[in-house]
Amino acid sequence: MIDSVPDTPLHQMAAPAVKAVGKRRSPSARRQQRAAWLFLAPACVMVALFVLYPIIKSISLSFYNWDGMTDKTFVGLANYVELFHAPTFYTALKNNLLWLLLFLLAPPMGLAIALYLNQAVAGIRLVKSLFFAPFVLSGVVVGLIFSWFYDPTFGLLALILGHGIPVLGDAHYVTFGIVFAALWPQTAYCMILYLTGLTGLNADQIEAARMEGARGWALLWHVVLPQLRPTTFMAMVVTIIGALRSFDLISVMSSGGPFESSTVLAYYMYDQAIKYYRYGYSAAIAVVLFAIMLVYIAWHLRRLLRNEH
Amino acid sequence: MFPMPIEHWKPLNRRLYKLTLPLALLVWLLPLIAVMVTSIRSTEELTEGNYWGWPKHFALISNYHDALTTSPMLHYFFNSVMITVPAVIGAIALAAMAGFSLAVYQFRGNLALFATFVGGNFVPIQILMIPVRDLFLQMGLYNTLWALMLFHIAFQTGFCTLFLRNFIKQLPYELIEAGRIEGAGEWAIFWRIILPLIRPALAALSILVFTFVWNDYFWALCLTQGDEAAPLTVGVAALRGQWVTAWNLVSAGSILAALPSVLMFFAMQRHFVAGLTFGATKG
Repeated sequence: MIDSVPDTPLHQMAAPAVKAVGKRRSPSARRQQRAAWLFLAPACVMVALFVLYPIIKSISLSFYNWDGMTDKTFVGLANYVELFHAPTFYTALKNNLLWLLLFLLAPPMGLAIALYLNQAVAGIRLVKSLFFAPFVLSGVVVGLIFSWFYDPTFGLLALILGHGIPVLGDAHYVTFGIVFAALWPQTAYCMILYLTGLTGLNADQIEAARMEGARGWALLWHVVLPQLRPTTFMAMVVTIIGALRSFDLISVMSSGGPFESSTVLAYYMYDQAIKYYRYGYSAAIAVVLFAIMLVYIAWHLRRLLRNEH
Repeated sequence: MFPMPIEHWKPLNRRLYKLTLPLALLVWLLPLIAVMVTSIRSTEELTEGNYWGWPKHFALISNYHDALTTSPMLHYFFNSVMITVPAVIGAIALAAMAGFSLAVYQFRGNLALFATFVGGNFVPIQILMIPVRDLFLQMGLYNTLWALMLFHIAFQTGFCTLFLRNFIKQLPYELIEAGRIEGAGEWAIFWRIILPLIRPALAALSILVFTFVWNDYFWALCLTQGDEAAPLTVGVAALRGQWVTAWNLVSAGSILAALPSVLMFFAMQRHFVAGLTFGATKG
């Protein structure tokens, strides 16, 4: 995703043509300019209509009371004030944080599996693909599979433990249970990133380190991991986004329950809009979620744009 | 190579490694295997309480037959196809043009536009939910396949543009220069020179976007109501409510829902992985 290719000759080629002519561009430069915008227009229209406009609309909506049918009434910051006094908001925030922290286990676990599978034995390609398969499943299917796994009367977990624990019915366990299920595909994702990273390692450096007696952990920590840094970065990016986007599994496995104990901001927002028709309030929740993500998006964009120069 | 290739291991360890491999795979896929086994178990056996033993009677055909015929599974499946295929084609077509433009032409606002496309990708989708739903209600497209298709095109375009722009930027610019000298118009350069060169990237993207759209649940919940336009993900989740106790049928349904993206993945594995890890080794 992140690309650091130094400016190809493209820029140097196109730039002088524009500069030399000054304000009155040559017909070919003008034709190119027009082509540039024509090529961009359809994508821009779609993104403006379904991404940019909704963001602005949501922000403005968060200052109103609206049930989707009757007229909107302006309420200023009332939605935010209510939100910051709602216990569920803090439950959701706490769960979001828990998701984030537990989800960060995915990159190291993915790395461990990648190291384990990075061998050339017969059939390894198939084994790698099968390890990766959970990532291709939809969240709904993963949710159903694990709801069943946890079922206290006939689930596989009850069979293994010898007695049933109502994981999804107990406020203490429910978030852990759902995150565990979500880690399954996420670990597979990180694994595939690391498997690709491992094939791109600089073999000479590793051999040199081995000659000097580096083995096992020391070799991994001091030689291999630094080389895998771009992969680790990528794995962290997709994991953090995945954690903040968690919705499908919660919706399928617990519907945010019991008693809203497993809700996260994304689900809380959905619930308020769809079940209670509180569009203004739920837009305020979305804006808070957006603000949290914005910190991250800004950091990511800065990194990306710096690479462009 | 890291870790040390097993050819250099002690013979005993080597054998141990090969032995643990299928075991590890079994543990990793255990939840999935359990669902598969249940999907071929007969209802009588489930009521007798034989949940985890080896099935005594195989009800493969009757379970899958029931899952397909006693529920609108085929209808959901059809909806999913009608949403996903046009969405993939649409998003990639728009993104190929936009990516080409951002990579090849220099104009004011190029980088800002690029940043917008990238940023749009990371936005939490919840902030789009209410206005997008409202927009489709006003357009009269709420609860139609069009709504989901159009939205997925718009949302996936950002990701695809980022991907294709970077891919096209790595191509030698001389190709375009040469085309211009030959007198090719801008469209001909895009269609005849660039498009054939980015075919592998297009393949990788289509398979990725296919899985994203096929597996989407959030938008399917927000933009549909009832069965009419519901895709498979919503359908399967609804099945659970319908057949609370018929776990064998629910698992058959889940397997059917998962099948297309799994098959796509196995058929186009190399492209899939290439797309997913694009850029992961640089940066």
